[in-house]
Amino acid sequence: MKEKILEAIHLTKEFTGAEKELRALGEVSFSIAREEFVCVVGPSGCGKSTLLRLLGGLLRPTAGEVLFEGRALAGPSPRIGFMFQLPNLMPWRSVERNIRLPLELDGTPEAEARAAVKDLVKLVGLTGFEGSLPRELSGGMAQRVALARALAHDPEVLLLDEPFGALDAMTRDRMGAELMRIARDRRKTVVMVTHSIPEAILMADRVLALTSRPGRLRLDLAVGLPRPRREEMTYTKKFGAMAERIRAAIGEAV
Amino acid sequence: MNNNINLKAPGSRGKRSYALRLMPVAAAVGVCGAVWQAAAGFGGMPAFILPGPMAVAGRLTDSLSDGSLVRHSLVTLGEVLAGMAAGVGAAALLGYLLSKSRLAEQILAPYIVATQAIPVVAIAPLLFIWLGSGLESKVLICALIVFFPVLVNTVIGLRSVSANLRELMRSLGASRWQNFRHLELPAALPVLLGGLKIGATLSVIGAVVGEFIAPDRGLGFLISIARGQYDTALVFVGVFSLVAMALGLYGLVAWAENRFLAWRE
Repeated sequence: MKEKILEAIHLTKEFTGAEKELRALGEVSFSIAREEFVCVVGPSGCGKSTLLRLLGGLLRPTAGEVLFEGRALAGPSPRIGFMFQLPNLMPWRSVERNIRLPLELDGTPEAEARAAVKDLVKLVGLTGFEGSLPRELSGGMAQRVALARALAHDPEVLLLDEPFGALDAMTRDRMGAELMRIARDRRKTVVMVTHSIPEAILMADRVLALTSRPGRLRLDLAVGLPRPRREEMTYTKKFGAMAERIRAAIGEAV
Repeated sequence: MNNNINLKAPGSRGKRSYALRLMPVAAAVGVCGAVWQAAAGFGGMPAFILPGPMAVAGRLTDSLSDGSLVRHSLVTLGEVLAGMAAGVGAAALLGYLLSKSRLAEQILAPYIVATQAIPVVAIAPLLFIWLGSGLESKVLICALIVFFPVLVNTVIGLRSVSANLRELMRSLGASRWQNFRHLELPAALPVLLGGLKIGATLSVIGAVVGEFIAPDRGLGFLISIARGQYDTALVFVGVFSLVAMALGLYGLVAWAENRFLAWRE
């Protein structure tokens, strides 16, 4: 196994509401190896998104800590790329300028940024749409822009929060395949939250199953299917058995 | 009856659709002018009550040729622009603060709303007592009138910035300034310019109110002098000049909207 890049140590998160405290995540511990593709599944409200935001430094844990390359994570880092369920594009920026945003913010030299954006546009298959505005894009294309933007800093880790949740089934499959290709080509570590068990098994090296309220890690399953993954693998016995195990793990607490 | 207030459609080639779009507008202006001329000509009204468009046009040429109209217009325009700059500046600054801090809003909002309950026209005399009847008091009246709509729109604009985009900026480690420059300003711009549109026309009103109360120069002064002399045609000239000024400022903001908000279409 390769070195650990991201570690969650007794991670706990409570939200203070108006009346009562909500325990979103209760003492979750795991580690993720470099270049590993990990999917987090669980019922809605199990704190998957909270977990992802903790891993990305967007939220501070109530207790426990996140280690990124062995050091405590204090806040968002350019070496961790984030992609959300919605594309979250700036409607006044063209495709190209949306992808460039992270580079503008950290003052990357113009020539370098231009080259990087060109490369990213090609990578996500948006050549010819550089000048388009977000309102002119389909949902899938918008999510490609978001992916390119998340990759702009060439981060080690990609954190994806149900990135294909708002897409139709066919676009979703195609985007999933492309994400796997990009993650392998660019040697990225990926943590992806999803509510689709088949999607998780098909894409991940490892599936973490959470139960709800408070979210706890119930199952840590190595998938062990060969790559590249194919849609047909979904229909194998092995795949079905894994799906059953995960479903059982999530279901226990419901 | 011919009418002399007519909008000439640009006759250049390739602008046909533009010219066609302007036709109804020109026709409406023409009809208005004709009705006006008819009322003034056949209604038997004396010129000091309702001068016809011809008389007003004559007075317009007079006041243009002796330079008085331009002189007074520039004074008023100066007050309007200075007042807008001060009012918009203060409103944008305070609006930013209010949108960032609920506490600031709780403390300041009652006072801000209370000041809006006082008609500026009513406190204008006070301002003249305190500041004198010079430029400052008139600029201040403009600024006060512009202040509130711009403030409200600034707060609404900044509050409406999407929480998702804020989170995105946070994930990218954006500084406060970057957040403002790359997210808040462009996101709030449509509402801000909406406020500015209202402010631009209100500011003209503010300047005239000031010039009525302390008449020494400006279009408001011109109007009140003309009224005193029963030179009603000149009153019309003054009023039309004010309308033109308000339209011009409004058009300027509309142009800025077209220029900066093309992404909304």
